Amino acid sequence: MEPAVIELSKLTKQYGEFTAVNALDLKIRPGEIYGLLGPNGAGKTTTILMMLGLTEPTSGTVRVCGIDATRSPLLVKRRVGYMPDDIGFYEDRSALDNLIYTARLNRIPLPEARDRAELLLQQVGLAHAAGKRVGAFSRGMRQRLGLADVLIKRPEIIILDEPTLGIDPEGVRELLLLIRELSRSEGLTVLLSSHHLHQVQQICDRVGLFVGGKLIASGDIESLSRQLDGDTRFEVEVDVRDPDGSVAGRIGSMDGVISIETSPSDALSPGANSVSTYRVTSDVELTSALALAVVEHGAPLLGLRPVRAGLDDIYHRYFEGGAAHERVDG
Amino acid sequence: MSAWMAKLRDRAAKSPLRSAPASNGADAAGRRAPSPFWIMVQKEFGDHIRSWRFIILLGIVTLACVGSIYASVTALKNGGGAGGNGQTNAENSFLFLKMFTESDGSLPNFLTFLSFLAPLIGIAIGFDAVNSERNKGTLSRVISQPVHRDDFLNAKFVAGLLLIAVVVFSLGFLVMGMGLFTIGYPPSPEEFWRVVVTLLVTTVYVGLWLNLSLLFSVRFRQAATSALSGIAVWIFFLVFYGMIINLVGNVTIPSDPTDALAVMHQQDWLMLLQRLSPAYLFQEAASTLLLPDVRTLNPFITQDQAYLALNAPLPFGQSLLLVWPQVVAIVAETALSFAASYVAFMRQEIRSRS
Repeated sequence: MEPAVIELSKLTKQYGEFTAVNALDLKIRPGEIYGLLGPNGAGKTTTILMMLGLTEPTSGTVRVCGIDATRSPLLVKRRVGYMPDDIGFYEDRSALDNLIYTARLNRIPLPEARDRAELLLQQVGLAHAAGKRVGAFSRGMRQRLGLADVLIKRPEIIILDEPTLGIDPEGVRELLLLIRELSRSEGLTVLLSSHHLHQVQQICDRVGLFVGGKLIASGDIESLSRQLDGDTRFEVEVDVRDPDGSVAGRIGSMDGVISIETSPSDALSPGANSVSTYRVTSDVELTSALALAVVEHGAPLLGLRPVRAGLDDIYHRYFEGGAAHERVDG
Repeated sequence: MSAWMAKLRDRAAKSPLRSAPASNGADAAGRRAPSPFWIMVQKEFGDHIRSWRFIILLGIVTLACVGSIYASVTALKNGGGAGGNGQTNAENSFLFLKMFTESDGSLPNFLTFLSFLAPLIGIAIGFDAVNSERNKGTLSRVISQPVHRDDFLNAKFVAGLLLIAVVVFSLGFLVMGMGLFTIGYPPSPEEFWRVVVTLLVTTVYVGLWLNLSLLFSVRFRQAATSALSGIAVWIFFLVFYGMIINLVGNVTIPSDPTDALAVMHQQDWLMLLQRLSPAYLFQEAASTLLLPDVRTLNPFITQDQAYLALNAPLPFGQSLLLVWPQVVAIVAETALSFAASYVAFMRQEIRSRS
């Protein structure tokens, strides 16, 4: 295995009595996109600040590219681009000026800074607004400018704190695609924090669930769901017209079915009351057998889809589990 | 000051950490890019010059200068100046300096204007230096670049001070030029140097207020609070401090007025308290430099002192010697408030917009 580019060990940060980050261990490999997931106040931003040496940890070490971030933050900041969650620009300067300023703070000579800034503005799709005052930018434009601002120093690692906050869905999609594309083409390591689960799910190689200053699970989405369930389970959702509940009884009697639940029906679809949606959990693959059973029963089958554990579920179940755990402890 | 800056620049160049070539090959061309510190200074300076605030400030100060020139020239034309001290000799030999200190009574003279407005310049330039960047979210962006954290604050200070120096000197020279034009009486080298040193002291004095407002801008998150605190301190020293000292003087007056030692002791105490105020220090320093007749800054306590004192103007070197403690005190107060804002800033955690 390649050496990790970001390595946190036993990282702890306390604000007085409050522990924001608690004995965190994390390794991020070069070239991957890692999503740091957690609710507000979970300690994501604090962790990021410690990675950049902007905040001193109470104990533990941070090594970024093999450099101790607490001791020599300057060397780390030279290699790491950081986009704060609510990025600010000098509003009365143009986009180009803002980028050139950042570049020059990184000791890039003026002519080269200008070239890079123009190129990046093109890449993030802001070439038409290069000379415009940033004050007149929309939220999505700012976020894209932020990405350009992070990339102008040609970093090895970029850290994005809530990059999708406050952008419309289409903007989010574009931004995430852009991040993924850039990461793949330049071989960048990306660390992004978010509390928007599916967004992170779209582009991350691995995610870490971060709750109350602790990393409670880390890995790709499949391994996370395995960690959660302990064994493999299959879930299928069946849409069927079943006014008397006989189909449900038929499915429930099938071999391998563990449970069958009625999912809340989609209130937006017309005539929803006549269609039932069942969520069938089983320990063997049952999709085709289910279809057969429903059709044989003579009921109209309207939809059939396997359900993969999304981050939403994982996240939700982790919280449920966590809460239950605490209850047991108490 | 230029020597000091040259040294700074030199040190920046020599520092191994800073001159290490950037990993991204920015220095591949062999040409050294300027250090981030000077880039920041440059940007700050540019921002100040373009800002409305600066234009308004410049307008006020220019008007004050033109007004004071008019008042002093009128006074000089009317013969000898209203506040003449009867020394015909001195009056003739320092005519040029009188332009800065005389007035016909319709408007305050240049020196008074300067000591009144100088703090305002400093406060106006510094009051939102740090907190506005914090509120706009630019602080965390700049700090996450490879720059030293203290460079940010230093750049704010150096840019502000440079701007102040430019303003003060251009105004001073403007007054000199206009005076030359209207009264047609050239300054002697001594007079010229006296004015230059006064302007220098003024710059340092404004620098003190700049630092104080920087401190407030680090301490308070709201620009309005910081501006108000700056103005409050300014008004306190300008108006109330003297009153409080008088009050203290009245209360602590020795019970036996013939006890010379006790009286002198009490006077010394009062002077010391008085001289804690930067406004008072500046007033003393500037008036000594511009009025060569001032031979001592301590008030005469006994009749003998007043009677025996010589009554001739001091040479420039002696005037300088006389105000040296005042200048040092102003510099010390500046350093103190800078140190305070430095410590406060370095301890703060920088999160975006909080």
